[in-house]
Amino acid sequence: MTMTQTKPKSPAPDERVAKRSPFQKLLGRPEVGALVGAIVLFIFFALVSPTFTQPNALATILYGSSTIGIMAVGVSLLMIGGEFDLSTGVAVITSALTASMFSWYFSTNVWVGVLLALVVSLSIGYINGWILMKTKLPSFIVTLATFLMLTGLNLGLTRLIGGSVSSPSISNMDGFASARAVFASSVTIGGVDVKITVFIWFALVAVATWVLMRTRVGNWIFAVGGDANAARAVGVPVKATKIGLFMGVGFCGWILGMHNLFAFDTVQSGEGVGNEFLYIIAAVIGGCLLTGGYGSAIGGAIGAFIFGMANKGIVYAQWNPDWFKFFLGLMLLLATIVNLIVKRRAELK
Amino acid sequence: MNAKEIDQQTLLQNEKDPLTHTPVHLLSLEGVGKHYGNIIALSDVTMAVDNGRVTCVLGDNGAGKSTLIKIIAGLHQHDAGVLNIMGEERKFDSPRDALDAGIATVYQDLAVVPLMPIWRNFFLGSELTSGFGPFKSMDVDKMKEITLKELAEMGIDLRDVEQPIGQLSGGERQCVAIARAVYFGAKVLILDEPTAALGVKQSGVVLRYILQARDRGLGVIFITHNPHHAFPVGDRFLLLKRGKSIGYYDKKDITLDELTAQMAGGAELAELAHELEQLGGHGDIVKEVQGEVAEVAQTTGKSY
Repeated sequence: MTMTQTKPKSPAPDERVAKRSPFQKLLGRPEVGALVGAIVLFIFFALVSPTFTQPNALATILYGSSTIGIMAVGVSLLMIGGEFDLSTGVAVITSALTASMFSWYFSTNVWVGVLLALVVSLSIGYINGWILMKTKLPSFIVTLATFLMLTGLNLGLTRLIGGSVSSPSISNMDGFASARAVFASSVTIGGVDVKITVFIWFALVAVATWVLMRTRVGNWIFAVGGDANAARAVGVPVKATKIGLFMGVGFCGWILGMHNLFAFDTVQSGEGVGNEFLYIIAAVIGGCLLTGGYGSAIGGAIGAFIFGMANKGIVYAQWNPDWFKFFLGLMLLLATIVNLIVKRRAELK
Repeated sequence: MNAKEIDQQTLLQNEKDPLTHTPVHLLSLEGVGKHYGNIIALSDVTMAVDNGRVTCVLGDNGAGKSTLIKIIAGLHQHDAGVLNIMGEERKFDSPRDALDAGIATVYQDLAVVPLMPIWRNFFLGSELTSGFGPFKSMDVDKMKEITLKELAEMGIDLRDVEQPIGQLSGGERQCVAIARAVYFGAKVLILDEPTAALGVKQSGVVLRYILQARDRGLGVIFITHNPHHAFPVGDRFLLLKRGKSIGYYDKKDITLDELTAQMAGGAELAELAHELEQLGGHGDIVKEVQGEVAEVAQTTGKSY
């Protein structure tokens, strides 16, 4: 060690590092643009419509947000991992159809169908990831193909088995009541009914955030999205990580699919088309980079909340819902621009 | 014919490991070759790496340097010859395999993820964890502490391990990558053109870290196309050209001038002088190049 200049073991705070205030640290977070957007939107709707801030209205907004947010959790992680999934919208319906058609056709307890749906959902994720890793095609193409195939299968098989475009009612079958309690019940808090999906959503966001920030797998997710070759070179199991992310999306799809099924008792086989974009929009508004390697689960949740506020806020403000899509597009554009500016500013400091 | 050009196989057997004093090397290649389809990327390469020694691999672009390290690092498999680790024949299926055998590679692109903080990059793929089963989490504080300490010990004075590694300079990133390999118990450290994209001063810094890694007892494979960087730190020199070995020397058998001359390739220089002459009007340059040809011819004992 002749060449070593001895340095103090734990260097004192460096003079080159200007003290960063907690505020500046906050500005460096991926979800800050979405947070600012959410606050602005909330204040806006609160001013326009007095009913918007009522507890009941808030519960409804949270419910609307959760149906997007549950999927946005999986989709956000997938996007941080550098991939894309266009099949999520219809995969949700596939899951619901599997559960209802299987238990109806074979007259089993609905829980058997529910478990089979979980297997199917995870398999769809696995197949998406496996094809992607094998062919090295862009995930846009692979999942677009899955999207089309699932759309066709949903319609075709439902008509073939049940003879109709919607699945038969399963409300009087064994296990329906308990399944509904798990996937589609409400909890009353202070006189306000809050749907259980809101709690599932919060729990998923918490788990995903923990995984991302505090576990090895989280480190790998950032790495495979940031630079898959570099990750592979240092021994990160790139294939397993990416396939796992697709399966995570599948799991979220299963939860939402079960909610859709048990909130009512039948599923329309043609539904779900277009929803995949809502999940991606939520993730992007929440600060996930389209190119991967950057983002957060909380960001995706805030993105979903923005979606929920805009969706219901327009109704509470008694505007024509026709304007919703325009509004959503504008939000997407503004949020991504704000994200970009905030990120550049934060990196300069 | 150059008198110093010895049969490679004999040289390898005569070499002794400085630690064990036997011909068993930390890592050795014997007649290793690799082809991609009908393209022969590398053929019949023989070299050895020992503890506390630096083996330099020199060659121009396309000489087969990258193929060579990819074989040793487990990214590709060789299809001719033998790769020995501590005298035992091996063939790596994946980079993980090579890492487990104690071979760490610092790539030209450094295998770091620019958007990720330094400490996350430092431990990427080998994260420290605590807790059990599904509740196993990363020991973030410890990882940050170790990163800071290890880098300080390598003489790298970093500002903040939370900053994205993409914000560091090229030299600093090299050093993080080297420190990472040293910390994770690498026995063999492969450095792929670490000085290629660096300025004079930064190159000097990186060369110093190579010597530090050597002094810690690592066997270093230093890949470069610059003999001026290789000669001061190297103990052995393997010269590659068009996928073939054109010489393998111990430091005591070769001088920097000879090394440069071998690298420069007298034939190419002679051709350049000829072309310039035909163009006309470049009298000074032609004379200069011809002078170099003469010099190369003198040092290598060949005529062009």
